[in-house]
Amino acid sequence: MTTATAPSGTVRVTYDYVTRTIARTLGNPTRGYFLLLGAAVALLAVGIVCLLFLLRYGLGLAGYSHPVYWAVFITCFVFWVGIAHSGTLISAILFLFRSGWRTAVYRTAEAMTVFAVMTAGLFPLIHIGRQWYFYWLIPYPNERGLWPNFKSPLIWDEFAIGTYFTVSTVFLIMGLIPDIAAVRDLATGWRRKLYDVTAIGWRGSNEQWRHYTRGYLYLAALATPLVLSVHSVVSWDFAMAIVPGWHATLFAPYFVAGAIYSGVAMVITLLVPIRRLFHLEELITVHHFENLAKLCLLTGMIVGYAYATEYFVAWFGGNPSERAAFWYRAFGPFWWASWTMIICNGFLPLLLWFKKIRTNITSLFVLSIFVNIGMWFERFVIIVVSLAGEPFDKFNNAGYNPTWADWGIMAGSFGWFFMWFLLFVKNFPAVSISEVKEVLAPPRRRGRAA
Amino acid sequence: MPPKMLQQLFHPAPTPGVLGVFGHLDATVAAIRDLKAGPYGEMTVYSPIPRHELEDALDQPVSPVRMWTLVGGIAGCSIGAWLTLYMSYDWPVVVGGKPVGSIPPYVIIMFEMTILFGALTTILGIIFNALFARRRQGMVAYDERFSNDKFGIFVPCAPDHAGAVEAVLKSAGAEETRRA
Repeated sequence: MTTATAPSGTVRVTYDYVTRTIARTLGNPTRGYFLLLGAAVALLAVGIVCLLFLLRYGLGLAGYSHPVYWAVFITCFVFWVGIAHSGTLISAILFLFRSGWRTAVYRTAEAMTVFAVMTAGLFPLIHIGRQWYFYWLIPYPNERGLWPNFKSPLIWDEFAIGTYFTVSTVFLIMGLIPDIAAVRDLATGWRRKLYDVTAIGWRGSNEQWRHYTRGYLYLAALATPLVLSVHSVVSWDFAMAIVPGWHATLFAPYFVAGAIYSGVAMVITLLVPIRRLFHLEELITVHHFENLAKLCLLTGMIVGYAYATEYFVAWFGGNPSERAAFWYRAFGPFWWASWTMIICNGFLPLLLWFKKIRTNITSLFVLSIFVNIGMWFERFVIIVVSLAGEPFDKFNNAGYNPTWADWGIMAGSFGWFFMWFLLFVKNFPAVSISEVKEVLAPPRRRGRAA
Repeated sequence: MPPKMLQQLFHPAPTPGVLGVFGHLDATVAAIRDLKAGPYGEMTVYSPIPRHELEDALDQPVSPVRMWTLVGGIAGCSIGAWLTLYMSYDWPVVVGGKPVGSIPPYVIIMFEMTILFGALTTILGIIFNALFARRRQGMVAYDERFSNDKFGIFVPCAPDHAGAVEAVLKSAGAEETRRA
């Protein structure tokens, strides 16, 4: 069959090769897969045990200490919402820009988005203490007929995250339908039945493609401003308060860039083992990793610039509280967290200026982990250190320290996230079959345009 | 609903016609053009991916899904405005010295609802339009290779016209044809 040039230049990648290579990833799990899944479930078990203790004995088990009442749980919430951002960026914004390279990586990024939002959503529930009253967040009147306060950023956040989760899930499912149909037509046994139902009758007819392509375009157009809005709204949870270190107009773009930065890093962290585990080297090539690295470099530099701006404005603005907060941040008891953040996010990504680093998968994997660590600490510094260092609070004892319950639940969130992700990639195509085919030259009789 | 009607809805009788299987895009496009030039202009074309060459040859109107998106977006924005303003004035509480119905913060809710409703109605638009099309076309023949690496054309026709349709498909480059 005529078809295409191989992205890697070693194997002739045809439509049939793409379908079969990706369908093969849905075969029987290997020992490596079970090891990864086992590790994820073990981490989740740690988190569940810690959560059960927290439910039994109350929030006192977490390290809350005046004035730090937003701590590791809210840090994890912002971290996971941030991780969720690159998925829709890669699937929606790069789709509108017609970036061909996104096709091989966007499914992983989209799945990551959905599972990261699912993980993020757990933390406000854990944080509220009385989890059985979670429904108070929903806009309905309480027993005195009082409605929620729509001037509060926390309610904006609920609407933003709820919309983001719904739209990201819908976007993921939409992209999956033609691919599920492709694996359905090759599958046998129980998988055939599963894909028969989940492909919802997809056959790739001209009528289906006509409505699908148009709808997908509008979904991408709707998701694009949503990506930018969601982390802006999350940033306003902080920026609307008058806490020094939070009250800054810079926060929305700063948070959005940081979110995309951490999300792209997480995509690299996930893609490297998936590519190796499922032998997808011909479809996810060094070229794709290099482009992800460039995205990481761009957003990392924006984040580095935002760090510098924060400190500059604190000094140049002349506000003593702001100056004290930033002095505390850099040289106070949490200096180690601040410098971890600055080194991991501000300096290490500068290595990506070197092509040798950008095209070396191992270096990228290691660097992506450092970025993830740095971005977690960024949220920790913004939330915890700003509260701990409030200079106008005379009762501030700043004796905050995270406890085993904090760390255990945080570890559990990673287990929860990786468990869902691993289950997804074993049961549904981890790389888009139809979109990878779209960037290949179609089969033609005479080797010319149809 | 009586079982017979359910059967008709979900498992309608197969539409008679001819199914052509193509290995090449240009052959498929040629077949579409030949069919449209003759008396067999009605057809269902299968492809593993959307291709603009096929869209051009079929010359289909733009999908009405955009109207679903527009209506959903406008409805979402309106619901967001109603939700926030109604709830504020239903029990007026002054917060932070701001007006009871304070538009700037409510724009955020209106924006999120626009996106939410716009996205959900887009999905409904795709599903309903695809279902209507399927209902219109009836149970047309399909080959499992169409989701992998083959293109296909199904032409609905009476059995006595099948030979003529097969001839058109084969002359355009069909690898195989099948009567349904």
